[in-house]
Amino acid sequence: MRRRTEWRIFWRTVVGRAYPRVIGLQRERSWVFFDVALPLLQVTAFVYIYRAIQAPPEFTGFVVLGGAMSAYWLNVLWSMASQLYWEKETGNLQLYIVAPTSRMAILLGMALGGIFATTVRALGVIAVGTLIFRVPMTVTSVPALLAVFVLTLVALYGLGMLMSSLFLLWGREAWHLANLLQEPVFLLSGFYFPVKALGFAVALVASFIPITLGLDAMRQLLFPQMMEGLKFLPVGYELAALSVLGIVFLALAHQALRFFEDLARREGRLTLRGQ
Amino acid sequence: MSWEELSIRTEGLTRVFRPKRREARGQRREIVALDRVNLAVERGELFGVLGPNGAGKTTLIKILATLLAPTSGRAWVAGVDVSENPWEVRRHINMVSGGESSGYGLLTVEENLWMFSQFYGMQSGEAKRRIKELLEVVGLADRARTKIYHLSTGMRQKMNFARGFLTDPEILFLDEPTLGLDVQTARTLRAYIRDWMDRHPDRTILLTTHYMYEADELCDRVAIIDRGKVLACDTPAALKRTLQREAIFRLRVAALADPKALFQGVTGVHRFTHAARDGCVELDVVLGDENAILAVLGGIQRAGGQLLSLEKREPTLEDVFVRLVGRGLGSGEGAGA
Ligand SMILES: Nc1ncnc2c1ncn2[C@@H]1O[C@H](COP(=O)(O)OP(=O)(O)O)[C@@H](O)[C@H]1O
Ligand SMILES: [Mg+2]
Repeated sequence: MRRRTEWRIFWRTVVGRAYPRVIGLQRERSWVFFDVALPLLQVTAFVYIYRAIQAPPEFTGFVVLGGAMSAYWLNVLWSMASQLYWEKETGNLQLYIVAPTSRMAILLGMALGGIFATTVRALGVIAVGTLIFRVPMTVTSVPALLAVFVLTLVALYGLGMLMSSLFLLWGREAWHLANLLQEPVFLLSGFYFPVKALGFAVALVASFIPITLGLDAMRQLLFPQMMEGLKFLPVGYELAALSVLGIVFLALAHQALRFFEDLARREGRLTLRGQ
Repeated sequence: MSWEELSIRTEGLTRVFRPKRREARGQRREIVALDRVNLAVERGELFGVLGPNGAGKTTLIKILATLLAPTSGRAWVAGVDVSENPWEVRRHINMVSGGESSGYGLLTVEENLWMFSQFYGMQSGEAKRRIKELLEVVGLADRARTKIYHLSTGMRQKMNFARGFLTDPEILFLDEPTLGLDVQTARTLRAYIRDWMDRHPDRTILLTTHYMYEADELCDRVAIIDRGKVLACDTPAALKRTLQREAIFRLRVAALADPKALFQGVTGVHRFTHAARDGCVELDVVLGDENAILAVLGGIQRAGGQLLSLEKREPTLEDVFVRLVGRGLGSGEGAGA
């Protein structure tokens, strides 16, 4: 009985917290410019560099895919990692805590809502990018591609959940931290070039950010011939690594939430003073 | 009354805030926000916590609502220890604060309320029906489809108020629910609180306020709190009865230079407060015997004051507070009748 009630609350919470993100997409239209046009501009710059140095046309595809996936990284940084901190500032966090619901459900709702909204953006970037630049793609295996994509998102948003409870504790510095992480990850994860170019050791370290492995695997599946000499690891390894990352990040997030919630409750940091 | 029938109980509840290192340079003083508070609130009570700003009201509610850990002492809500089992406590409670700014600006009033209802696992249909009802009650029905970033502060507060009742909690914490609202709205909300309690005799509300009128009109029992300490706890009538032997006069006096020095050497004046109002001074004078009013009038005359009006009045909770603390609540009648 109690178990059933708990599950009901869990799933209703997920849907409830995802809702503002889904509906926000439709109500706040400015994202079309900021989240599709701006990344495309960045992509365009790289495309012209590659063309100028007469790189093969597949490189255009690398960049378009990277541009699309960068939307997820931004979403995780700004709408997952720093989210609990914002929620505290706006007074929502205390209402989440007081409610008889799971914090993981709140974060999962945020993640699913964010994934939905970001996928619309990413598809926008891919559609416009492939149209304009005529990217030569060959999908080798749809199931493998889907698996890589889903596992990348699970691991990435798991990392986001973990970061959100850390950021909650760091308070105002969270914003600076997110800013600090944004650009280096673009570089390290190989958003605009195959990550192997950075060398095996750097790529291994960068694999800590799930997008690194995800991008590499997706590029292998979409541009098999070109990636033959540029791949970091075989797709199978990358799939396995992504699964491990996903499980580890989610488990750590769950523990971290408990730990930091208790700590914040003791230190009086779950709420704003005087509210 | 056995312990199991108590909705809320605290035992030596204490919370100390240590200034953060960054802020501490000026003062390394600890703030004792709650100081060994013992309270027992029975099921079905509308219990008021009355005290000035900084008294510790919000700190008390945060601890009871599992948002803050006590430094020492214990608290039980619905029979469950808030420190040992906060998850269980949350099944029984809801909370609204007067100053809160919760919700998502892009969502409408009804969408925001619906979202919060989902965190309690409410069925959507049921939630929507209740939201409609509650928005009628708080006078926000015509704004149900308005995005909340278009709402005034007062309207947001009404929405939050509705959120508290939406989930039909067993124990509801209201932290200064009428703070800063206009008189009419405050009255509507108070009427609803009273009505809800009448319709649900097994529910409990703990309400904090610094409006003495609100505590007096609304609450079954009131704890008067200042600087983290509970100074008295009883029904409003019983609290006021403690002043029955005294006589209280309200005087309005013009052209009074120094009200503080007014009654030096005047016998029979137990205490008095003064406030500037509309260009004159309003004095509340508490006398041991009402005949002492003659000496008071003499004192005013000697100080060159000009008496505009004189009225004997019934004691209020403010008077009780002044007797206990030696100063006023500092709120005037902001939410007065
Ligand atoms: N997080 C905090 N850190 C330091 N001091 C605090 C904190 N929260 C409250 N206080 C102090 O504790 C005292 C009681 O505050 P509070 O409970 O908010 O009073 P009230 O709600 O009655 O106005 C005040 O002196 C306040 O400044
Ligand atoms: Mg307060």
